[in-house]
Amino acid sequence: MELIIDAIITGILTGGVYALMASGLTLVFGVMEIINIAQGAFVILGAYLSYALAQHFHIDLFLGLLITMPVMFVLGVLIQVLFIRPLKRDRTMLSILVTFAVALIIEGVLTILFTANIVTLKAPYITQSFRIGNFYLSYIYVYGFLLSVVLLAGLYLLLYRTKFGQSVRASMLNRTAAQLIGIDVERVSALTFGIGVALTAAGGMAFGATTAFNPGSSYDLISRLLTIIVLGGMGSLSGALIASLGMLIIENVTAVVWSPTWSSTVFFVLLVVILILRPQGLLGKLEGRKQ
Amino acid sequence: MFGPTIATWRKIAALASILGLMLMGLAACGNNSGAGNTTPIKIGISLSLSGDFSADGQAFQQGYQLWADYVNSHGGLLGRQVKLDILSDASNEAQVTTNYQKLITQDKVDLVFGPYSTLLTKPASVVANRYGYALVEGAGGGPSVFNRGLNNVFDVSLPVANNLVSFTQLMAAMPAGQRPTSVAYATEDDPFTQPQVDLANQLLTQAGIPAAVPEIIYPAETTDFTPIAQKIIAAHADIVVLGTQLPDITAFILAFKQQHYNPKAIIATAGPDQGTQFLQAIGGAASAEGIMVPNGWFAEEKTPGNAAMVQAYIAKYGGTPDGISADVPEAYSVGQVVQQAVEKIGSLNQAKLIQELHSGTFTTVQGPVKFDSTGQNTAITSYLFQWQKGSLVPIYPADTFGAVAPEYPKPSWP
Repeated sequence: MELIIDAIITGILTGGVYALMASGLTLVFGVMEIINIAQGAFVILGAYLSYALAQHFHIDLFLGLLITMPVMFVLGVLIQVLFIRPLKRDRTMLSILVTFAVALIIEGVLTILFTANIVTLKAPYITQSFRIGNFYLSYIYVYGFLLSVVLLAGLYLLLYRTKFGQSVRASMLNRTAAQLIGIDVERVSALTFGIGVALTAAGGMAFGATTAFNPGSSYDLISRLLTIIVLGGMGSLSGALIASLGMLIIENVTAVVWSPTWSSTVFFVLLVVILILRPQGLLGKLEGRKQ
Repeated sequence: MFGPTIATWRKIAALASILGLMLMGLAACGNNSGAGNTTPIKIGISLSLSGDFSADGQAFQQGYQLWADYVNSHGGLLGRQVKLDILSDASNEAQVTTNYQKLITQDKVDLVFGPYSTLLTKPASVVANRYGYALVEGAGGGPSVFNRGLNNVFDVSLPVANNLVSFTQLMAAMPAGQRPTSVAYATEDDPFTQPQVDLANQLLTQAGIPAAVPEIIYPAETTDFTPIAQKIIAAHADIVVLGTQLPDITAFILAFKQQHYNPKAIIATAGPDQGTQFLQAIGGAASAEGIMVPNGWFAEEKTPGNAAMVQAYIAKYGGTPDGISADVPEAYSVGQVVQQAVEKIGSLNQAKLIQELHSGTFTTVQGPVKFDSTGQNTAITSYLFQWQKGSLVPIYPADTFGAVAPEYPKPSWP
């Protein structure tokens, strides 16, 4: 029983970090209807930025986010303007190819700069832990979860309490109508893409603090992130949060009760059942959006 | 006097042309055999320069390149320089197939060397077999490579399934008071790691050291190792046997440290043999203290060419002998074996090469090589290593050159 409780707690904590990584992906899809295959590569890039700051300038991983998040935001805006905005036709399909190319470029540059060697982020709170009952809970999982909560709450406030957020939501509802009422949809798209990429800086730091990584680590990540936003409902932020927590809890509990071999299977069986009952995902919109 | 007629001149010109073409044809034949030819010998290789195996793939590239540098600076192979034609497979099985097809049919390479891992060697050997090429490799030692009836695949390294045998012998031979009473197993569902752990499980059970929890098998794409580690920890086993590569052993060590779990011994199938890369990944030498790994090579080993290879590695890539990944000598040995076989048959004829590889005996930086009928190396010795005070040192068999006493039980995490 203790193992199950531990698995649930760990699932919630790591699920929060996955929600952070997936939030940018679902937000970008919601506004632009593009699938950003490079999201996993951005996460790894974020992890490497934190690694570089910690290694060369001895900057704490969490403090380093004050530098890495703005840098990633600017990078995201530039990528949207240079590579995504020119796509005028078959936007969804072509975006997959374009963002895949971006992912390959990021992986190549990281390999040149950092080699393919496996690295980990280092800080005292990564190995330190505190006792709860008969097991220990690592500080990094708690801090990573709190970081996710703060950033996701900030994102929620940005979307629902600001004028920019209204523009984003209007663009998500109906891109053409948003343009007709004077919203600069291209500008909103660029900023949204920037925000989505900036969030991966934080997600990447939390991921790198708990997992060894190298430039090629993005492949396993992107498949999980895509699964999360499909389950949650494409474009739904709260759906991504629920799906992340659900996925990690189900996988962890299956791993300890049964076997890690069946973790993904059990989750995907549930995913298929849910998608049969609700093809739009947990919190997605059933009706197609109008352009 | 009548000179040759125009018709006669035409006949002479035609004969000269035919003779010229025949001579060119002979010269072309000479290209294949190597005699009198100065064009480089092209060696085709698919390596995981990105993706899951990229760290190992790049270390393999270093090993192959060091061998090529050595050969080229010592007169070449059959008097010709060797040139490596390396394609990246992104650690992907389908890409490996495409790469070897391209190397053989389009790039028309003279020889092919193996990729990294058992997983990728399997498709590579099928393609090589289709075109009649010998595939000599250093990291495809899983049993599933050799049970498909192919006669063209040869692994210069230790047969994978036996890797942990030395560890089981060491544990079984412990005095009664120190002998472990239980063991926990976890392994990737990978054809390289799982056969080793399965055999260790069988041997330790036979030796009276039971499993504290059924063997845990996890998918290779696992990114969150915490629940697996928790299951091992909850079993309170004396010793832990892990079928890992570098990323997962790093995750397990982190989880064990976080949970203050200190088993008496930890052995991993791969990862701790990655030298400096391993130390950097787990946070330094103090965290590595006492961790064991099986291997067929160590930097101080007195084998032909080993000292020169180590010296050349440090000159080219920097670092220390302890920092050299075990992948490097595995790749280097592939080159050595092919070089000796090719020089013995005096040509690049693949059928003769395959025949020679099956019958010959070879020497490498990892030790002697003698292939059985399936292509597995039966002559190499399995060593057991342990990290002690920042160095990876041999501990078993006890009569190994430079062997030291095992550190058992393993000290607690720093």
